[in-house]
Amino acid sequence: MSPLLLLLLLLVLSVAGYIMGQQKALGLARKTGGTRNLHSLPVYYGALTALWCCLPAFFMFLFWIAFEQSIITGLMAADLPEEALALPAARLNVLINDIQSLAGGNIVSGEVTPLMQKAASHYLSLKGIGQMITSVIVLVAAVTGMLLVHGRIRPDMRARNQVENAFMGLLVVCSTIAIFTTIGIVLSILYEAVRFFQQIPVTDFLFGLEWSPQMAIREDQVGSSGAFGAVPVFVGTILISAIAMFVAAPVGLLSAIYLSEYADRRLRAVAKPLLEILAGIPTVVYGFFAALVVAPLIRNSGAQIGLDVSSESALAAGLVMGIMIIPFVSSLSDDVINAVPQSLRDGAYSVGATRSETIKHVLVPAALPGIVGGLLLAVSRAIGETMIVVMAAGLSANMTANPLQAVTTVTVQIVTLLVGDQEFDSPKTLAAFALGLVLFIGTLFLNIIALTVVRKYRERYE
Amino acid sequence: MNNSSTKNGSRNAGRTIDIVNKGLKRRYRKEKRFRLYGILSIAASAAFLAFLLTSIVMNGYSAFLQTCIRLDVPIEAGMIDESNPKRSDFQGIIKSAIREYYPDVTERREKRELYSLFSSGAAYQLRNNVLDNPPEAGATLSLWVLADDDVDMLMKGHMKRDVPESERRLNDRQLRWIEKLENDDRIEKRFNTTFFTSGDSREPELAGIWGAVRGSFYTMLVTLALSFPIGIAAAVYLEEFAPKNLATDFIEVNINNLAAVPSIVFGLLGLAVFLNFFGMPRSTPLVGGIVLMLMTLPTIIIASRAALKAVPPSIREAALGVGSSKLQVVSSHVLPLALPGMLTGTIIGMAQALGETAPLLMIGMVAFIVDIPGGFTDPAAVMPVQIYLWADSPERAFVEKTSAAIMVLLGFLIAMNALAVVMRKKFERRW
Amino acid sequence: MLDVLNTTTVEKRNLAPRDSRKTIGTVNVPNPRMVCRNVNVYYGDKQAIRNVTIDIGCNEVLSMIGPSGCGKSTFLRCLNRMNDTIDNCRVEGDIIFEGNDIYDPSIDVVPLRAQVGMVFQKPNPFPKSIYENIAWAPKIHGIVESKSDADEIVETSLVKAGLWEEVKDRLDQPGTGLSGGQQQRLCIARAIAVSPEVILMDEPCSALDPIATAKIEDLIEELRSHYTIAIVTHSMQQAARVSQRTAFFHLGDLIEVGKTDDVFTKPLHQLTEDYITGRYG
Repeated sequence: MSPLLLLLLLLVLSVAGYIMGQQKALGLARKTGGTRNLHSLPVYYGALTALWCCLPAFFMFLFWIAFEQSIITGLMAADLPEEALALPAARLNVLINDIQSLAGGNIVSGEVTPLMQKAASHYLSLKGIGQMITSVIVLVAAVTGMLLVHGRIRPDMRARNQVENAFMGLLVVCSTIAIFTTIGIVLSILYEAVRFFQQIPVTDFLFGLEWSPQMAIREDQVGSSGAFGAVPVFVGTILISAIAMFVAAPVGLLSAIYLSEYADRRLRAVAKPLLEILAGIPTVVYGFFAALVVAPLIRNSGAQIGLDVSSESALAAGLVMGIMIIPFVSSLSDDVINAVPQSLRDGAYSVGATRSETIKHVLVPAALPGIVGGLLLAVSRAIGETMIVVMAAGLSANMTANPLQAVTTVTVQIVTLLVGDQEFDSPKTLAAFALGLVLFIGTLFLNIIALTVVRKYRERYE
Repeated sequence: MNNSSTKNGSRNAGRTIDIVNKGLKRRYRKEKRFRLYGILSIAASAAFLAFLLTSIVMNGYSAFLQTCIRLDVPIEAGMIDESNPKRSDFQGIIKSAIREYYPDVTERREKRELYSLFSSGAAYQLRNNVLDNPPEAGATLSLWVLADDDVDMLMKGHMKRDVPESERRLNDRQLRWIEKLENDDRIEKRFNTTFFTSGDSREPELAGIWGAVRGSFYTMLVTLALSFPIGIAAAVYLEEFAPKNLATDFIEVNINNLAAVPSIVFGLLGLAVFLNFFGMPRSTPLVGGIVLMLMTLPTIIIASRAALKAVPPSIREAALGVGSSKLQVVSSHVLPLALPGMLTGTIIGMAQALGETAPLLMIGMVAFIVDIPGGFTDPAAVMPVQIYLWADSPERAFVEKTSAAIMVLLGFLIAMNALAVVMRKKFERRW
Repeated sequence: MLDVLNTTTVEKRNLAPRDSRKTIGTVNVPNPRMVCRNVNVYYGDKQAIRNVTIDIGCNEVLSMIGPSGCGKSTFLRCLNRMNDTIDNCRVEGDIIFEGNDIYDPSIDVVPLRAQVGMVFQKPNPFPKSIYENIAWAPKIHGIVESKSDADEIVETSLVKAGLWEEVKDRLDQPGTGLSGGQQQRLCIARAIAVSPEVILMDEPCSALDPIATAKIEDLIEELRSHYTIAIVTHSMQQAARVSQRTAFFHLGDLIEVGKTDDVFTKPLHQLTEDYITGRYG
């Protein structure tokens, strides 16, 4: 039975359970003289039955979905003939992958051997058996749960409280997903990064000045020849983010100030949606634009005045990234400036200050913590931005502060290391997670400072 | 202005106001300059937006047209396999038709150059045509077949005819053959249905966005189905029920921080947890949708909490006052009032997810996928990833395809945001 | 004060009826500092002030009293065009200061506000040091050029505001760290640092405790010798204590104006009497 069909059936059973529970409650009510003799309204008895029908079954279903692939693959691999099992681990992995693609009807990397044919059909039959077992277990669980509750319905059963408790539990589970996501991120990245650091010392990674992970691809040289000094990558990231902030901070801040302090309603009605559109454009579009239009433009104008500009210059990527961040800076600054109480403006105007004097000497200093917090969030955004740099910045890890040269960033390296053919356990792949760890910690640090500063600031004027 | 200032008791008044007046000009110049900076900032953003949009449109609008060549295909007896028409040599039929039109091309190398003017999709077009209405032997079909992307670029003016032969992808001989087609009115640009109906392809003239649209659709469906209920449940709990303690504070910090975590980190999470640990299938809308769900969840929770906050406490008190339980109050009074705000937040979150690329690269959604996905576990590409893949392709013809795909994506995004704006306007309520 | 209020009810006089909306009392003074004639103020379509005509004399304290929403604060904010910052606010009529209508298009609000300072209901010191709070305005106006000029202005302003002794050792600390009463005196010092001619005070003591209030009231009495002061207050006792003349506003109309003693002891309008005897909200 396919998962979708199973889910549908589960839904139908739950509805049936709901109706049955409600009917039984109604019947009891009629016998004892009206619904007021029941502890809860009949719908709650129905809901309780439905909950017991679907919840346990659904969790079993989820459990199977999550582990189906690994269990079946494990079973299939164990049943492979001796000669296949004798293969080195990497080749065995390829073989298993091929068998899976063959079973799924996809293209296979090598030639199809009878062994693979046999294994693939074995895999498919295992999968079929697995699905059947799951379907039976899930349906039995559903029906049992339903009947169990149905049989226990009495007028004094506290159905409403039980249903409400179940719902509260559900709500709590949903709200803790954020925590589990964070834990998942930390654990998964940390686990792989630690494996990386077992092969490459942390200090080499953090303070090494040469980055060329591609060399490690040759298996006989694993870990020995690839250079994993990430400093040039960090420098590139900082350079591009700095260029971006150099564009975004003044433009975003000035736009926000102009819109909140000077602009009339008509201009605001035009300019705000404009900034929102800018914010809504996907980064891949910015990246395409940077690579197709901005980078050649900068290179050509550089050539005009006799400058040698790389076609993947940090300037092009940084510039476009800055423009992407403008609306982010301006909307955060807008919030912050609007939170400055009118009384401060009044105070400044009342001693005869002009608008710009009020803004420069009173509003901006008053809003400064909030503005700084917003800028930090923007920096974190710039550091973590991926598509623009992947498409417009280079791969060569130059250690330079010259914006006309090509540099690479943390995110670009993560993407290049992980996209395409991967070999697990090679330092090349694991290095991506080490970079990811640095990225996560760095942005986490910035975010927490920024969010704290902004919150403190809000509280001050509330 | 100061005729009476000496009469009163405040000393220095005359002097002070004179100084103030003297400095005014300078101060107003500064004021003007400052205003100018503000206007310039906004103008710069506007100019950039205009520049971006026009360059995308200018690059991309031509992709909606496709150069086609009218080819007369004589069907002779024996060409179509009577028992199984599908297995006929359509490529050969097309080639013979081309040879017939250019009888003077005989040399092998020249023939290859000649064939290369026509798309390899021409055989498929013929095949579909023949299978739909089987022709009688001896008939001549007149078909508009796709031209190769180089011809397409030439017809659209992206390739110049007057540059030296070595600098263009079509040589002088090929240009002469094309001129023959032009003289016979056998070449024209027609609406590009392929672009809207097919999946990806290595051949630009056969590549379409439909596979990516379907992929995005399935991915968004997964994201929506997960993030909307979970987001609302989390928002309701945190806003309405959660006690103020360290645990809920921690949840809140987590949510706010996750909203600012770089999206690629979610991709790493997906790769390590869903693909490697749980062994879920790579490149599928299911995994993509789950990863994007984790990414958009904070946005939806934050927006939903704001919507709940906007419902005045008096409504809760009134409902509690008539003896409802807290959960009944929320589900039957608060939630309906906050729902429009929550939906708006969800639409905005979904629009973000629709444009997101980086995390999907991590979970293998960059594979070259020709087939149009038919379900949640089929390998699929999504629109932004398709844009990324095409942008990376070296063929000149993919530039316009990329831009056109961007237009389609922006069209979807604008529609979603417009929906959000309309909903906000319609349900906006001031208490 | 109580006995003053009590005497009003004892005397039987001819009072203007409740529904009369014409200003009675002495509107004019010899040698006025500001002259207001037929001032109307609108917020959008809503009229907040109707036909107010009043003079503000030199070196006098004019207090404006009246129930909440009577327009007294709105009127006060007209006198240095603070209402300009409110989007849909429109002012009609003449307000003459130094021989010019301050709402004349040729008049510049910047020098006007340098001459007509203002103190607000809630103390609003800038988020700067105490020193900078006072020195900032003279600096932007170009009144001070050197550090010693600024030091002098800061000291004299703080001395005049009666705050010097309390803060002279911590001038570099933020102004927001002072107590409420000190903050309000800092705001007064800030206003007088640019040597204005008129100081407008919008319920300057409503956020303060009685001791701080008493200090501010003493200060107002001292400042009167140098400046003209218009003060809006909720407290009739305060009006009686600090002002020479009192104006009573009711629902946008100026009902009665006259010498403070007269208004509180022999009001001419029924509404005024109702208000000062506490019969009106």
